[in-house]
Amino acid sequence: MESAITVQNLTKHFGDVTAVDHINFSVKKGEIFGFLGPNGAGKTTTIRILTGLLKPDGGTASIIGYDVLRNPIEAKQCIGVVPEVSNAYIDLSAWENLILIGRLYGVSSHKLKENTTKLLKDFGLYEVKDKLVRGFSKGMKQKLLLCMALVNDPEVLFLDEPTSGLDVESTRLLREKITQYNRDGKTVFLSTHNMEEANQLCHRIAIINHGKIAAIDTPENLRAQSMELQYIEVLFDKQVNIQEISKNPNISKASFAGNRIRVYTANPSAVIEFLVEFAKQKRLHILSLNTMMPSLEDVFIKLIKEKEVMPV
Amino acid sequence: MSNPAEQFRRSLVIAKKNIKIYYLKGPVIIFGLVFPLFLALAYIIGRNIPLEEVLPGLIGMTTFFTATSVGPSIVPWETRSKTLERLLCCPIALWTIIFGDMVSSFLFGLVISVIPLLYVLTLNIELLNFIVLLFSLIIANFCFSALSVLLSAYPPTDIPATSQMLSSLVKFPLVFISGVFISVEQLPEWGRIIASFSPLTYFTDLTRQLILEKGYYPLALDLVMIVIFAVIFSLAAIKLHEKTLTKRLS
Ligand SMILES: Nc1ncnc2c1ncn2[C@@H]1O[C@H](COP(=O)(O)OP(=O)(O)OP(=O)(O)O)[C@@H](O)[C@H]1O
Ligand SMILES: [Mg+2]
Repeated sequence: MESAITVQNLTKHFGDVTAVDHINFSVKKGEIFGFLGPNGAGKTTTIRILTGLLKPDGGTASIIGYDVLRNPIEAKQCIGVVPEVSNAYIDLSAWENLILIGRLYGVSSHKLKENTTKLLKDFGLYEVKDKLVRGFSKGMKQKLLLCMALVNDPEVLFLDEPTSGLDVESTRLLREKITQYNRDGKTVFLSTHNMEEANQLCHRIAIINHGKIAAIDTPENLRAQSMELQYIEVLFDKQVNIQEISKNPNISKASFAGNRIRVYTANPSAVIEFLVEFAKQKRLHILSLNTMMPSLEDVFIKLIKEKEVMPV
Repeated sequence: MSNPAEQFRRSLVIAKKNIKIYYLKGPVIIFGLVFPLFLALAYIIGRNIPLEEVLPGLIGMTTFFTATSVGPSIVPWETRSKTLERLLCCPIALWTIIFGDMVSSFLFGLVISVIPLLYVLTLNIELLNFIVLLFSLIIANFCFSALSVLLSAYPPTDIPATSQMLSSLVKFPLVFISGVFISVEQLPEWGRIIASFSPLTYFTDLTRQLILEKGYYPLALDLVMIVIFAVIFSLAAIKLHEKTLTKRLS
Protein backbone atom coordinates (compact mmCIF):
# COMPACT_ATOMS: atom_id res chain seq x y z
CA MET A 1 0.00 0.00 0.00
CA GLU A 2 1.45 3.31 -1.11
CA SER A 3 -0.57 6.08 0.42
CA ALA A 4 -1.24 6.69 4.07
CA ILE A 5 -4.04 9.18 3.53
CA THR A 6 -6.32 9.46 0.51
CA VAL A 7 -8.86 12.24 0.15
CA GLN A 8 -11.34 12.51 -2.70
CA ASN A 9 -13.76 15.36 -3.34
CA LEU A 10 -14.08 16.04 0.34
CA THR A 11 -16.65 18.74 1.09
CA LYS A 12 -18.07 20.26 4.24
CA HIS A 13 -20.56 23.10 4.68
CA PHE A 14 -21.47 25.02 7.81
CA GLY A 15 -24.68 26.81 6.86
CA ASP A 16 -23.73 29.13 4.00
CA VAL A 17 -19.99 28.72 4.57
CA THR A 18 -18.21 26.07 2.53
CA ALA A 19 -15.39 25.25 4.90
CA VAL A 20 -13.94 22.49 2.70
CA ASP A 21 -14.69 22.57 -1.01
CA HIS A 22 -14.12 19.39 -3.05
CA ILE A 23 -10.52 18.85 -2.08
CA ASN A 24 -8.36 16.00 -3.38
CA PHE A 25 -4.94 14.87 -2.27
CA SER A 26 -3.06 11.86 -1.08
CA VAL A 27 -0.25 11.57 1.40
CA LYS A 28 2.45 8.96 0.87
CA LYS A 29 3.62 6.70 3.64
CA GLY A 30 6.62 8.13 5.44
CA GLU A 31 5.94 11.66 4.28
CA ILE A 32 5.54 14.87 6.25
CA PHE A 33 2.67 16.59 4.53
CA GLY A 34 1.98 20.22 5.29
CA PHE A 35 -1.41 21.87 5.13
CA LEU A 36 -0.67 25.56 4.82
CA GLY A 37 -3.35 28.23 4.83
CA PRO A 38 -4.54 31.45 6.45
CA ASN A 39 -7.13 31.63 9.25
CA GLY A 40 -10.45 30.13 8.26
CA ALA A 41 -8.97 28.29 5.27
CA GLY A 42 -10.46 24.96 6.32
CA LYS A 43 -7.44 23.24 7.84
CA THR A 44 -9.04 22.27 11.12
CA THR A 45 -12.24 21.18 9.43
CA THR A 46 -10.26 18.87 7.13
CA ILE A 47 -8.35 17.39 10.06
CA ARG A 48 -11.58 16.91 12.02
CA ILE A 49 -13.07 14.98 9.13
CA LEU A 50 -9.95 12.85 8.76
CA THR A 51 -9.87 12.12 12.48
CA GLY A 52 -13.52 11.15 12.58
CA LEU A 53 -14.90 14.12 14.52
CA LEU A 54 -16.97 15.60 11.73
CA LYS A 55 -18.95 13.91 9.00
CA PRO A 56 -18.29 15.34 5.53
CA ASP A 57 -21.20 16.43 3.33
CA GLY A 58 -19.57 14.79 0.35
CA GLY A 59 -16.51 12.89 -0.81
CA THR A 60 -14.46 10.17 0.80
CA ALA A 61 -11.32 9.88 2.87
CA SER A 62 -9.33 6.91 4.01
CA ILE A 63 -6.40 6.32 6.33
CA ILE A 64 -4.16 3.27 5.80
CA GLY A 65 -6.97 1.90 3.66
CA TYR A 66 -9.72 2.38 6.25
CA ASP A 67 -12.59 4.57 5.13
CA VAL A 68 -13.09 7.20 7.83
CA LEU A 69 -16.85 7.04 7.43
CA ARG A 70 -17.37 3.29 7.17
CA ASN A 71 -14.64 2.14 9.56
CA PRO A 72 -14.04 5.15 11.78
CA ILE A 73 -12.75 3.16 14.75
CA GLU A 74 -10.27 1.11 12.71
CA ALA A 75 -9.08 4.30 11.01
CA LYS A 76 -8.68 6.08 14.35
CA GLN A 77 -6.83 3.10 15.80
CA CYS A 78 -3.89 3.78 13.43
CA ILE A 79 -3.54 7.48 14.15
CA GLY A 80 -2.35 9.88 16.80
CA VAL A 81 -3.83 13.36 17.02
CA VAL A 82 -2.92 16.71 18.52
CA PRO A 83 -6.11 18.72 17.96
CA GLU A 84 -5.97 22.50 17.54
CA VAL A 85 -7.93 23.31 20.67
CA SER A 86 -7.63 20.58 23.21
CA ASN A 87 -6.29 19.90 26.63
CA ALA A 88 -5.02 17.11 28.75
CA TYR A 89 -7.08 16.47 31.89
CA ILE A 90 -5.85 19.08 34.34
CA ASP A 91 -7.16 17.08 37.31
CA LEU A 92 -4.99 14.12 36.36
CA SER A 93 -1.21 13.82 36.40
CA ALA A 94 0.88 13.60 33.22
CA TRP A 95 1.30 9.89 33.83
CA GLU A 96 -2.43 9.29 34.34
CA ASN A 97 -3.25 11.21 31.18
CA LEU A 98 -0.97 9.01 29.11
CA ILE A 99 -2.25 5.81 30.70
CA LEU A 100 -5.84 6.92 30.06
CA ILE A 101 -5.26 7.55 26.37
CA GLY A 102 -3.21 4.37 25.98
CA ARG A 103 -6.00 2.29 27.51
CA LEU A 104 -8.53 3.91 25.18
CA TYR A 105 -6.37 2.63 22.33
CA GLY A 106 -6.29 -0.80 23.95
CA VAL A 107 -2.51 -0.77 24.40
CA SER A 108 -1.49 -3.66 26.66
CA SER A 109 -0.47 -2.76 30.22
CA HIS A 110 3.16 -3.72 29.91
CA LYS A 111 3.69 -1.97 26.58
CA LEU A 112 1.82 1.07 27.81
CA LYS A 113 4.05 1.54 30.85
CA GLU A 114 7.10 1.18 28.65
CA ASN A 115 5.85 3.71 26.06
CA THR A 116 4.73 6.17 28.72
CA THR A 117 8.05 6.09 30.53
CA LYS A 118 10.00 6.49 27.31
CA LEU A 119 7.89 9.37 26.02
CA LEU A 120 7.96 11.27 29.29
CA LYS A 121 11.73 10.92 29.44
CA ASP A 122 12.12 11.94 25.78
CA PHE A 123 10.10 15.08 26.28
CA GLY A 124 11.69 16.01 29.60
CA LEU A 125 8.49 15.49 31.56
CA TYR A 126 9.53 12.45 33.57
CA GLU A 127 10.40 14.50 36.67
CA VAL A 128 6.90 15.98 36.79
CA LYS A 129 5.06 12.82 35.79
CA ASP A 130 3.09 12.63 39.04
CA LYS A 131 2.21 16.32 39.17
CA LEU A 132 -1.27 17.44 38.18
CA VAL A 133 -1.37 18.95 34.69
CA ARG A 134 -3.19 21.93 36.25
CA GLY A 135 0.19 23.41 37.16
CA PHE A 136 1.88 22.85 33.79
CA SER A 137 3.05 25.68 31.55
CA LYS A 138 1.65 25.97 28.06
CA GLY A 139 4.79 24.45 26.58
CA MET A 140 4.66 21.49 28.97
CA LYS A 141 0.99 20.93 28.18
CA GLN A 142 1.68 20.93 24.46
CA LYS A 143 4.53 18.48 24.91
CA LEU A 144 2.23 16.26 26.93
CA LEU A 145 -0.40 16.45 24.18
CA LEU A 146 2.19 15.27 21.68
CA CYS A 147 3.13 12.42 24.04
CA MET A 148 -0.56 11.52 24.27
CA ALA A 149 -0.74 11.43 20.48
CA LEU A 150 2.26 9.10 20.33
CA VAL A 151 1.45 6.73 23.17
CA ASN A 152 -0.14 4.14 20.86
CA ASP A 153 2.76 4.09 18.35
CA PRO A 154 0.55 5.49 15.58
CA GLU A 155 1.23 4.99 11.87
CA VAL A 156 -0.02 8.46 11.03
CA LEU A 157 0.25 11.56 13.17
CA PHE A 158 -2.16 14.49 12.77
CA LEU A 159 -0.99 17.82 14.14
CA ASP A 160 -3.16 20.92 13.98
CA GLU A 161 -0.90 23.94 14.46
CA PRO A 162 1.18 22.14 17.07
CA THR A 163 3.61 24.96 17.78
CA SER A 164 1.29 27.95 17.79
CA GLY A 165 1.82 30.09 20.85
CA LEU A 166 4.98 28.33 21.98
CA ASP A 167 8.37 29.90 22.64
CA VAL A 168 11.41 29.26 20.46
CA GLU A 169 12.82 26.49 22.59
CA SER A 170 9.62 24.47 22.94
CA THR A 171 8.97 24.96 19.23
CA ARG A 172 12.39 23.62 18.38
CA LEU A 173 11.96 20.59 20.61
CA LEU A 174 8.56 19.78 19.16
CA ARG A 175 9.81 20.10 15.57
CA GLU A 176 12.78 17.94 16.38
CA LYS A 177 10.52 15.24 17.82
CA ILE A 178 8.24 15.39 14.79
CA THR A 179 11.18 14.92 12.44
CA GLN A 180 12.53 12.12 14.61
CA TYR A 181 9.19 10.32 14.58
CA ASN A 182 9.05 10.69 10.81
CA ARG A 183 12.53 9.20 10.43
CA ASP A 184 11.13 5.92 11.72
CA GLY A 185 9.04 5.75 8.55
CA LYS A 186 5.88 7.24 10.03
CA THR A 187 3.58 9.66 8.26
CA VAL A 188 2.83 13.16 9.52
CA PHE A 189 -0.04 15.43 8.51
CA LEU A 190 0.64 18.91 9.79
CA SER A 191 -1.46 22.02 9.52
CA THR A 192 0.11 25.42 10.00
CA HIS A 193 -0.05 29.01 8.89
CA ASN A 194 3.65 29.36 9.52
CA MET A 195 5.63 29.24 6.23
CA GLU A 196 8.88 28.76 8.00
CA GLU A 197 7.54 25.69 9.75
CA ALA A 198 6.14 24.22 6.55
CA ASN A 199 9.36 24.95 4.70
CA GLN A 200 11.52 23.42 7.41
CA LEU A 201 9.53 20.29 8.16
CA CYS A 202 7.47 19.25 5.18
CA HIS A 203 8.31 17.09 2.20
CA ARG A 204 5.24 18.35 0.41
CA ILE A 205 2.89 21.21 1.06
CA ALA A 206 -0.73 21.77 0.11
CA ILE A 207 -1.72 25.39 0.09
CA ILE A 208 -5.37 25.78 1.05
CA ASN A 209 -7.56 28.85 1.01
CA HIS A 210 -11.32 29.27 1.29
CA GLY A 211 -11.65 25.51 1.45
CA LYS A 212 -9.90 24.97 -1.89
CA ILE A 213 -6.44 23.63 -2.55
CA ALA A 214 -4.43 26.18 -4.54
CA ALA A 215 -1.32 24.04 -5.05
CA ILE A 216 0.37 20.88 -3.84
CA ASP A 217 4.10 20.44 -4.28
CA THR A 218 7.47 20.31 -2.60
CA PRO A 219 8.59 23.58 -1.01
CA GLU A 220 11.31 23.89 -3.69
CA ASN A 221 8.92 23.36 -6.60
CA LEU A 222 6.40 25.75 -5.15
CA ARG A 223 9.08 28.41 -5.16
CA ALA A 224 10.15 27.46 -8.68
CA GLN A 225 6.55 27.74 -9.88
CA SER A 226 6.71 31.39 -9.14
CA MET A 227 9.97 32.29 -10.84
CA GLU A 228 8.54 35.56 -12.02
CA LEU A 229 8.55 36.47 -8.36
CA GLN A 230 12.33 36.49 -8.22
CA TYR A 231 13.89 39.90 -8.28
CA ILE A 232 17.18 41.74 -8.43
CA GLU A 233 18.07 44.57 -6.13
CA VAL A 234 20.64 47.00 -7.41
CA LEU A 235 22.24 50.06 -5.86
CA PHE A 236 23.90 52.69 -8.08
CA ASP A 237 26.09 55.51 -6.81
CA LYS A 238 23.82 58.15 -8.35
CA GLN A 239 20.11 58.73 -8.90
CA VAL A 240 18.71 57.10 -12.03
CA ASN A 241 15.45 57.35 -13.89
CA ILE A 242 13.54 54.22 -13.12
CA GLN A 243 11.47 54.55 -16.30
CA GLU A 244 14.53 53.92 -18.43
CA ILE A 245 15.16 50.66 -16.64
CA SER A 246 11.62 49.37 -16.81
CA LYS A 247 11.68 49.73 -20.61
CA ASN A 248 13.77 46.54 -20.82
CA PRO A 249 11.53 43.68 -22.09
CA ASN A 250 12.94 41.22 -19.56
CA ILE A 251 11.79 43.32 -16.65
CA SER A 252 8.22 42.89 -15.54
CA LYS A 253 8.27 45.58 -12.90
CA ALA A 254 10.73 48.05 -11.43
CA SER A 255 10.33 49.98 -8.23
CA PHE A 256 12.30 51.70 -5.50
CA ALA A 257 13.02 49.81 -2.32
CA GLY A 258 14.66 52.42 -0.14
CA ASN A 259 17.58 53.77 -2.16
CA ARG A 260 17.85 50.52 -4.10
CA ILE A 261 15.99 49.65 -7.25
CA ARG A 262 14.08 46.40 -7.25
CA VAL A 263 13.42 44.79 -10.63
CA TYR A 264 11.27 41.70 -11.04
CA THR A 265 12.27 39.28 -13.78
CA ALA A 266 11.94 35.71 -14.96
CA ASN A 267 15.37 35.98 -16.57
CA PRO A 268 17.88 37.28 -14.04
CA SER A 269 21.06 36.74 -16.06
CA ALA A 270 19.85 38.82 -19.00
CA VAL A 271 18.79 41.56 -16.63
CA ILE A 272 22.15 41.58 -14.86
CA GLU A 273 23.91 42.02 -18.21
CA PHE A 274 21.53 44.81 -19.06
CA LEU A 275 22.13 46.56 -15.76
CA VAL A 276 25.90 46.39 -16.15
CA GLU A 277 25.64 47.80 -19.69
CA PHE A 278 23.24 50.47 -18.47
CA ALA A 279 25.70 51.52 -15.76
CA LYS A 280 28.56 51.78 -18.29
CA GLN A 281 26.48 53.93 -20.64
CA LYS A 282 25.36 56.31 -17.89
CA ARG A 283 28.77 56.31 -16.20
CA LEU A 284 27.37 54.89 -13.00
CA HIS A 285 28.97 52.57 -10.52
CA ILE A 286 27.15 49.54 -9.18
CA LEU A 287 27.58 49.54 -5.41
CA SER A 288 25.68 46.33 -4.84
CA LEU A 289 23.62 43.81 -6.76
CA ASN A 290 21.64 40.89 -5.33
CA THR A 291 19.45 38.23 -6.87
CA MET A 292 16.59 37.23 -4.59
CA MET A 293 14.70 33.96 -4.90
CA PRO A 294 11.01 34.08 -4.05
CA SER A 295 10.30 33.02 -0.51
CA LEU A 296 7.59 30.53 0.30
CA GLU A 297 5.68 33.46 1.65
CA ASP A 298 5.78 35.21 -1.74
CA VAL A 299 4.47 32.06 -3.40
CA PHE A 300 1.80 31.69 -0.79
CA ILE A 301 0.56 35.24 -1.13
CA LYS A 302 0.65 35.01 -4.90
CA LEU A 303 -1.33 31.77 -5.03
CA ILE A 304 -3.88 33.02 -2.57
CA LYS A 305 -4.33 36.28 -4.47
CA GLU A 306 -4.75 34.38 -7.74
CA LYS A 307 -7.51 32.28 -6.25
CA GLU A 308 -9.15 35.34 -4.81
CA VAL A 309 -9.53 37.15 -8.15
CA MET A 310 -10.70 33.99 -9.86
CA PRO A 311 -14.46 34.06 -10.43
CA VAL A 312 -16.31 31.49 -8.34
CA MET B 1 -11.36 -2.90 17.96
CA SER B 2 -14.82 -1.87 16.95
CA ASN B 3 -16.29 -5.03 18.41
CA PRO B 4 -18.73 -4.32 21.24
CA ALA B 5 -16.76 -6.21 23.90
CA GLU B 6 -13.64 -4.12 23.31
CA GLN B 7 -15.68 -0.92 23.16
CA PHE B 8 -17.36 -1.92 26.41
CA ARG B 9 -13.95 -2.36 28.01
CA ARG B 10 -12.95 1.09 26.83
CA SER B 11 -16.13 2.60 28.23
CA LEU B 12 -15.09 1.28 31.64
CA VAL B 13 -11.80 3.16 31.17
CA ILE B 14 -13.90 6.29 30.59
CA ALA B 15 -15.97 5.53 33.69
CA LYS B 16 -12.86 5.17 35.81
CA LYS B 17 -11.57 8.50 34.56
CA ASN B 18 -14.92 10.12 35.43
CA ILE B 19 -14.81 8.67 38.94
CA LYS B 20 -11.35 10.13 39.50
CA ILE B 21 -12.21 13.54 38.15
CA TYR B 22 -15.88 14.29 38.66
CA TYR B 23 -17.01 12.62 41.89
CA LEU B 24 -15.31 15.31 43.93
CA LYS B 25 -16.58 18.30 41.97
CA GLY B 26 -18.73 20.78 43.91
CA PRO B 27 -22.05 20.38 42.07
CA VAL B 28 -21.84 16.59 42.32
CA ILE B 29 -21.32 16.73 46.08
CA ILE B 30 -24.12 19.28 46.47
CA PHE B 31 -26.69 17.65 44.21
CA GLY B 32 -25.66 14.10 44.96
CA LEU B 33 -24.94 14.10 48.70
CA VAL B 34 -25.84 17.26 50.58
CA PHE B 35 -29.12 17.76 48.85
CA PRO B 36 -30.65 14.28 49.19
CA LEU B 37 -29.40 14.12 52.77
CA PHE B 38 -31.22 17.27 53.81
CA LEU B 39 -34.29 16.35 51.83
CA ALA B 40 -34.29 12.98 53.56
CA LEU B 41 -33.94 14.57 56.99
CA ALA B 42 -36.73 17.03 56.27
CA TYR B 43 -38.81 14.12 55.14
CA ILE B 44 -38.21 11.96 58.20
CA ILE B 45 -37.97 14.44 61.05
CA GLY B 46 -41.14 15.84 62.58
CA ARG B 47 -43.49 13.41 60.97
CA ASN B 48 -45.31 11.11 63.26
CA ILE B 49 -45.08 8.02 61.13
CA PRO B 50 -42.79 5.04 61.61
CA LEU B 51 -39.61 5.09 59.55
CA GLU B 52 -40.74 1.95 57.84
CA GLU B 53 -43.66 3.81 56.27
CA VAL B 54 -41.48 6.50 54.72
CA LEU B 55 -38.69 4.14 53.70
CA PRO B 56 -39.96 3.38 50.17
CA GLY B 57 -40.23 7.08 49.34
CA LEU B 58 -36.84 7.66 50.93
CA ILE B 59 -35.15 4.95 48.89
CA GLY B 60 -36.82 6.22 45.71
CA MET B 61 -35.73 9.77 46.32
CA THR B 62 -32.16 8.96 47.36
CA THR B 63 -31.64 6.69 44.40
CA PHE B 64 -33.09 9.24 42.03
CA PHE B 65 -31.03 12.18 43.26
CA THR B 66 -27.73 10.40 43.65
CA ALA B 67 -27.88 8.52 40.36
CA THR B 68 -28.65 11.73 38.49
CA SER B 69 -26.00 13.89 40.16
CA VAL B 70 -22.90 13.06 38.09
CA GLY B 71 -24.41 12.61 34.62
CA PRO B 72 -25.61 16.11 33.77
CA SER B 73 -22.26 17.81 34.08
CA ILE B 74 -19.66 15.46 32.58
CA VAL B 75 -20.11 16.33 28.91
CA PRO B 76 -20.48 20.10 29.53
CA TRP B 77 -17.36 19.92 31.67
CA GLU B 78 -15.38 18.13 29.03
CA THR B 79 -16.61 20.64 26.47
CA ARG B 80 -15.44 23.51 28.59
CA SER B 81 -12.06 22.06 29.51
CA LYS B 82 -11.48 21.10 25.84
CA THR B 83 -10.87 17.48 26.70
CA LEU B 84 -13.89 16.30 24.72
CA GLU B 85 -12.15 16.76 21.37
CA ARG B 86 -9.11 14.88 22.67
CA LEU B 87 -11.39 12.04 23.77
CA LEU B 88 -13.28 11.93 20.49
CA CYS B 89 -10.02 11.48 18.58
CA CYS B 90 -9.51 8.12 20.32
CA PRO B 91 -10.69 4.90 18.65
CA ILE B 92 -13.94 4.77 20.57
CA ALA B 93 -17.53 5.12 19.43
CA LEU B 94 -19.70 7.90 20.79
CA TRP B 95 -21.80 5.33 22.62
CA THR B 96 -18.64 4.17 24.37
CA ILE B 97 -18.20 7.62 25.89
CA ILE B 98 -21.89 8.05 26.71
CA PHE B 99 -22.06 4.59 28.25
CA GLY B 100 -18.93 5.28 30.30
CA ASP B 101 -20.56 8.47 31.60
CA MET B 102 -23.66 6.49 32.52
CA VAL B 103 -21.63 3.87 34.34
CA SER B 104 -19.86 6.47 36.48
CA SER B 105 -23.15 8.17 37.30
CA PHE B 106 -24.67 4.76 38.03
CA LEU B 107 -21.93 3.69 40.44
CA PHE B 108 -22.21 6.92 42.40
CA GLY B 109 -25.95 6.37 42.79
CA LEU B 110 -25.54 2.72 43.64
CA VAL B 111 -23.00 3.23 46.41
CA ILE B 112 -25.08 5.90 48.13
CA SER B 113 -28.51 4.40 47.63
CA VAL B 114 -27.46 1.12 49.16
CA ILE B 115 -27.26 2.94 52.54
CA PRO B 116 -31.04 3.26 53.12
CA LEU B 117 -31.38 -0.23 51.75
CA LEU B 118 -29.21 -1.53 54.59
CA TYR B 119 -31.82 -0.26 57.00
CA VAL B 120 -34.34 -2.46 55.24
CA LEU B 121 -32.36 -5.48 56.42
CA THR B 122 -33.25 -4.62 60.04
CA LEU B 123 -36.91 -4.88 59.13
CA ASN B 124 -38.86 -8.05 58.91
CA ILE B 125 -38.51 -8.53 55.15
CA GLU B 126 -38.41 -11.80 53.26
CA LEU B 127 -35.08 -12.69 51.70
CA LEU B 128 -36.57 -13.10 48.25
CA ASN B 129 -38.17 -9.65 48.46
CA PHE B 130 -34.86 -8.19 49.51
CA ILE B 131 -33.07 -9.77 46.57
CA VAL B 132 -35.70 -8.47 44.16
CA LEU B 133 -35.36 -5.06 45.78
CA LEU B 134 -31.59 -5.04 45.38
CA PHE B 135 -31.90 -6.12 41.78
CA SER B 136 -34.45 -3.39 41.02
CA LEU B 137 -32.30 -0.84 42.78
CA ILE B 138 -29.50 -1.65 40.36
CA ILE B 139 -31.73 -1.32 37.31
CA ALA B 140 -33.33 1.86 38.63
CA ASN B 141 -29.92 3.39 39.26
CA PHE B 142 -28.97 2.66 35.69
CA CYS B 143 -32.25 4.05 34.40
CA PHE B 144 -31.83 7.33 36.30
CA SER B 145 -28.18 7.74 35.35
CA ALA B 146 -29.13 7.27 31.69
CA LEU B 147 -31.74 9.99 32.17
CA SER B 148 -29.13 12.30 33.66
CA VAL B 149 -26.72 11.80 30.78
CA LEU B 150 -29.62 12.37 28.37
CA LEU B 151 -30.35 15.67 30.13
CA SER B 152 -26.78 16.84 29.47
CA ALA B 153 -27.23 16.54 25.70
CA TYR B 154 -29.48 19.51 25.20
CA PRO B 155 -28.79 22.39 25.14
CA PRO B 156 -25.14 21.75 24.14
CA THR B 157 -23.82 24.08 26.82
CA ASP B 158 -20.25 24.20 28.09
CA ILE B 159 -21.30 25.47 31.51
CA PRO B 160 -21.77 22.59 33.97
CA ALA B 161 -23.90 24.75 36.29
CA THR B 162 -26.38 25.49 33.51
CA SER B 163 -26.77 21.85 32.76
CA GLN B 164 -27.19 21.00 36.45
CA MET B 165 -29.82 23.69 36.81
CA LEU B 166 -31.77 22.64 33.74
CA SER B 167 -31.69 19.02 34.78
CA SER B 168 -32.98 20.05 38.21
CA LEU B 169 -35.92 21.64 36.45
CA VAL B 170 -36.80 18.18 35.21
CA LYS B 171 -35.78 16.28 38.32
CA PHE B 172 -37.78 18.19 40.95
CA PRO B 173 -41.19 18.04 39.31
CA LEU B 174 -40.56 14.33 38.69
CA VAL B 175 -40.01 13.70 42.40
CA PHE B 176 -43.32 15.36 43.23
CA ILE B 177 -45.39 13.39 40.77
CA SER B 178 -43.76 10.02 41.40
CA GLY B 179 -45.39 8.84 44.60
CA VAL B 180 -42.40 9.72 46.77
CA PHE B 181 -44.29 11.99 49.17
CA ILE B 182 -47.81 10.84 48.35
CA SER B 183 -48.36 7.30 47.13
CA VAL B 184 -49.86 6.84 43.68
CA GLU B 185 -53.24 5.54 44.82
CA GLN B 186 -53.77 8.68 46.89
CA LEU B 187 -53.33 10.88 43.81
CA PRO B 188 -56.32 12.18 41.86
CA GLU B 189 -57.06 10.66 38.47
CA TRP B 190 -55.03 13.24 36.49
CA GLY B 191 -52.16 12.93 38.94
CA ARG B 192 -52.04 9.20 38.37
CA ILE B 193 -51.93 9.72 34.61
CA ILE B 194 -48.99 12.12 34.91
CA ALA B 195 -47.27 9.80 37.39
CA SER B 196 -47.42 6.96 34.91
CA PHE B 197 -44.95 8.85 32.68
CA SER B 198 -42.27 8.94 35.34
CA PRO B 199 -39.81 6.06 35.79
CA LEU B 200 -39.47 7.00 39.45
CA THR B 201 -43.16 6.19 40.00
CA TYR B 202 -42.58 2.56 39.16
CA PHE B 203 -39.50 2.28 41.31
CA THR B 204 -41.19 3.82 44.36
CA ASP B 205 -44.23 1.66 43.80
CA LEU B 206 -42.06 -1.42 43.55
CA THR B 207 -40.20 -0.54 46.73
CA ARG B 208 -43.47 0.09 48.55
CA GLN B 209 -44.76 -3.24 47.40
CA LEU B 210 -41.68 -5.15 48.54
CA ILE B 211 -41.34 -3.47 51.93
CA LEU B 212 -44.90 -2.62 52.91
CA GLU B 213 -46.74 -5.03 50.63
CA LYS B 214 -49.06 -2.35 49.31
CA GLY B 215 -48.44 -1.28 45.75
CA TYR B 216 -50.54 0.25 43.02
CA TYR B 217 -49.22 -1.50 39.90
CA PRO B 218 -48.39 -5.21 39.57
CA LEU B 219 -44.79 -5.91 40.55
CA ALA B 220 -43.84 -7.26 37.15
CA LEU B 221 -45.19 -4.15 35.45
CA ASP B 222 -43.07 -1.96 37.72
CA LEU B 223 -39.94 -3.87 36.78
CA VAL B 224 -40.69 -3.96 33.07
CA MET B 225 -41.42 -0.23 33.01
CA ILE B 226 -38.09 0.60 34.68
CA VAL B 227 -36.28 -1.51 32.10
CA ILE B 228 -38.19 0.10 29.23
CA PHE B 229 -37.39 3.58 30.51
CA ALA B 230 -33.73 2.62 30.92
CA VAL B 231 -33.54 1.46 27.31
CA ILE B 232 -35.34 4.53 25.98
CA PHE B 233 -33.17 6.94 27.96
CA SER B 234 -29.94 5.21 26.91
CA LEU B 235 -30.80 5.20 23.22
CA ALA B 236 -32.12 8.76 23.34
CA ALA B 237 -28.96 9.92 25.12
CA ILE B 238 -26.75 8.46 22.40
CA LYS B 239 -28.90 9.84 19.57
CA LEU B 240 -29.23 13.30 21.04
CA HIS B 241 -25.55 13.59 21.91
CA GLU B 242 -24.74 12.56 18.34
CA LYS B 243 -26.89 15.44 17.13
CA THR B 244 -25.46 18.13 19.38
CA LEU B 245 -21.86 16.98 19.31
CA THR B 246 -20.59 19.17 16.47
CA LYS B 247 -21.92 22.24 18.28
CA ARG B 248 -19.55 21.41 21.13
CA LEU B 249 -16.45 21.66 18.95
CA SER B 250 -15.24 25.23 18.98
N1 LIG C 1 -18.36 24.28 14.02
C1 LIG C 1 -18.45 25.24 13.09
N2 LIG C 1 -19.61 25.88 12.88
C2 LIG C 1 -19.72 26.84 11.95
N3 LIG C 1 -18.72 27.24 11.14
C3 LIG C 1 -17.54 26.66 11.28
C4 LIG C 1 -17.33 25.62 12.26
N4 LIG C 1 -16.06 25.22 12.18
C5 LIG C 1 -15.48 25.95 11.20
N5 LIG C 1 -16.36 26.82 10.66
C6 LIG C 1 -16.07 27.75 9.56
O1 LIG C 1 -15.42 27.04 8.54
C7 LIG C 1 -14.34 27.78 7.99
C8 LIG C 1 -13.06 26.99 8.10
O2 LIG C 1 -12.70 26.89 9.47
P1 LIG C 1 -11.44 26.08 9.97
O3 LIG C 1 -11.50 26.09 11.47
O4 LIG C 1 -11.40 24.77 9.31
O5 LIG C 1 -10.23 26.97 9.50
P2 LIG C 1 -8.67 26.87 9.81
O6 LIG C 1 -7.97 26.79 8.52
O7 LIG C 1 -8.43 25.79 10.79
O8 LIG C 1 -8.39 28.27 10.49
P3 LIG C 1 -7.39 28.68 11.69
O9 LIG C 1 -6.04 28.90 11.10
O10 LIG C 1 -7.99 29.94 12.20
O11 LIG C 1 -7.42 27.58 12.70
C9 LIG C 1 -14.33 29.10 8.73
O12 LIG C 1 -14.99 30.05 7.92
C10 LIG C 1 -15.11 28.84 9.98
O13 LIG C 1 -15.79 29.99 10.38
MG1 LIG D 1 -7.61 25.68 12.60
